[in-house]
Amino acid sequence: MSAFVGKYADELIKTAKYIATPGKGILAADESTGTIGKRLASINVENIESNRQSLRELLFTSPGALSYISGVILFEETLYQKTSDGKPFVDVLEENGVIPGIKVDKGVVELAGTNGETTTQGLDSLGQRCQQYYKAGARFAKWRAVLKIGPTEPSELSIQENAKGLARYAIICQENGLVPIVEPEVLTDGNHDIKKCAAVTETVLAAVYKALNDHHVLLEGTLLKPNMVTPGSDSPKVGPEVIAEYTVAALRRTVPPAVPGVVFLSGGQSEEEATLNLDAMNKLEVLKPWTLSFSFGRALQQSTLKTWAGKKENVTKAQATFLVRCKANSDATIGKYAGGGAGTGSAASESLFEKGYKY
Amino acid sequence: MSCFKSKYTDELIANAAYIGTPGKGILAADESTGTIGKRLASINVENVETNRRALRELLFTTPGALQYLSGVILYEETLYQKTAAGKPFVELLKEGGVLPGIKVDKGTVELAGTNGETTTIGLDGLGDRCKKYYEAGARFAKWRAVLKISANEPSELAIHENAYGLARYAVICQENGLVPIVEPEILVDGSHDIEKCAYVTERVLAACYKALNDHHVILEGTLLKPNMVTPGSDSAKVAPEVIAEHTVRALQRTVPAAVPAIVFLSGGQSEEEATVNLNAMNQLKGKKPWSLTFSYGRALQQSTLKTWAGKEENVEKAQAAFLARARANSEATLGGYKGDANLVDGASESLHVKDYKY
Repeated sequence: MSAFVGKYADELIKTAKYIATPGKGILAADESTGTIGKRLASINVENIESNRQSLRELLFTSPGALSYISGVILFEETLYQKTSDGKPFVDVLEENGVIPGIKVDKGVVELAGTNGETTTQGLDSLGQRCQQYYKAGARFAKWRAVLKIGPTEPSELSIQENAKGLARYAIICQENGLVPIVEPEVLTDGNHDIKKCAAVTETVLAAVYKALNDHHVLLEGTLLKPNMVTPGSDSPKVGPEVIAEYTVAALRRTVPPAVPGVVFLSGGQSEEEATLNLDAMNKLEVLKPWTLSFSFGRALQQSTLKTWAGKKENVTKAQATFLVRCKANSDATIGKYAGGGAGTGSAASESLFEKGYKY
Repeated sequence: MSCFKSKYTDELIANAAYIGTPGKGILAADESTGTIGKRLASINVENVETNRRALRELLFTTPGALQYLSGVILYEETLYQKTAAGKPFVELLKEGGVLPGIKVDKGTVELAGTNGETTTIGLDGLGDRCKKYYEAGARFAKWRAVLKISANEPSELAIHENAYGLARYAVICQENGLVPIVEPEILVDGSHDIEKCAYVTERVLAACYKALNDHHVILEGTLLKPNMVTPGSDSAKVAPEVIAEHTVRALQRTVPAAVPAIVFLSGGQSEEEATVNLNAMNQLKGKKPWSLTFSYGRALQQSTLKTWAGKEENVEKAQAAFLARARANSEATLGGYKGDANLVDGASESLHVKDYKY
């Protein structure tokens, strides 16, 4: 094997496979304190610890929702928080068959000499931090690399740096018992067409899998979190079937069958768009040797957030909204989404795109 | 798409998929004049054009054999040869539902500064040669890169050179209508264990697919011809199921699902070994989004050659031997080989020749 097979190998393989269970997906609730602050601000809620805790409690205790979720990505603060009754969030999740995950990157910094391209930091002390997170109950991790499309972007440097960073992060996670979610996000920003996005996505994914091989990463114990292949944000939209076709073709050309699951990011897509696109991919009649599921943040929480508006009396209604989105996406992972699970209507169709979005 | 746009795209994809048809595989009959000379010498037959032609006619006219073949790789001379009755081989094959293929590399040369490692040559004028071969009826090509395992091999240089040579060859083929078979053979020579072979195979295949992506090759219009993952020739043998497991795992870790078929080389394996191992792979449960079939030379022809011995009166018996191996391997592609191919003299004979040069 070219793969490193450490003491956690069997566990990593089992965990990755479980997260990729058809009918389930990931809730990305790992917004940093700064980012969640923006969300709370949009509903006029103060960015203090108790409010951050309330929001996550609302999500994690939604009746029935967790049955559609195989994993939740958490921010460090949340990993150590409890419900108002004093039960650790990690316990709530585990009791409901949901694996706790942890965001481990420390954001992006610019690459000198490029046109605003970035690399992701967080490798220093990563091993130690992974060990701590494992003790606290985390069993998977996430690290977001970011690339953009422009006349001369992404540059070869940016692709190499981000691919290698992801590979180094991945192997360190595996050495310490965490399944690494490998996330090479190609931003939607731009006026390019879907073919350009496809070409860039394929080039980036090929570089990523070469880097993972170089670093002896055990692919069976990883997950991929890519962007869907779509036209740029300033270009005319296309139908879900077109997005599905280009996305699946790109993955078939680059992602080895050993990877158990692909968990898409939603980028700036509305809740409904994200679900419809995922559903179209799973309806596509072509051979797909990995499960195709979701790792949605905004696209799972947007309506719920608005419905809650920070008010205790809205919790039940907000939780019902959250359940609807979870079930819709669960259906989408098996190609059975009937559409219209739009919860509170307009919010679900609202584009969540923000130019140059920074987490 | 990161791949280039070829006017032949649809045809390439259709031909590559056809070659991977379950129940069919490739006969590698592309031995160069020098190499076929050694085979003929082993049965005391003179290496002249008529004898080379007679051998290939024997194979291509075997009643019932062509149904088990989706392609035959030819050497340049053979591409232009005819049966004794005057029918071009290419036509004969096409009528039998078999795609003609052509070996296009020009052998290997040593990489200076390495310990006997090589790179493959043949890129100069390759585009023009492909055009010619397409006109003559060829629809796929083959290029063999060679790597070896030992203390410090394969080196990063050897892996890189061979991977990028394969990628350049592949895209030139596709520009000219030929499906490229990508063959990065890791020789079985050595005393290493199966884990080492797996490690090297995975590294080499990962490098190949990165190179193919860099060169904008249309993966859906290619085939892969790898070695099986086995212990070195000087090491203890293992069971077919072990070979199957290590081989399929290595492929799962490196070969994208867009590749329609994997057509194994037989290396130095005996006819029976090569069939039994292929069969074990097709019986294995697990993700195999590409078909797993054969592209055998020696492992399809050895018994046939011995039975023929260059004599007209032996042709029928020799053809029966060939049919038996073709059918056995066809069954193996479906995981249904029962090990009952009429074992003709020589079927279990190891065909390993140390440091084999084609």
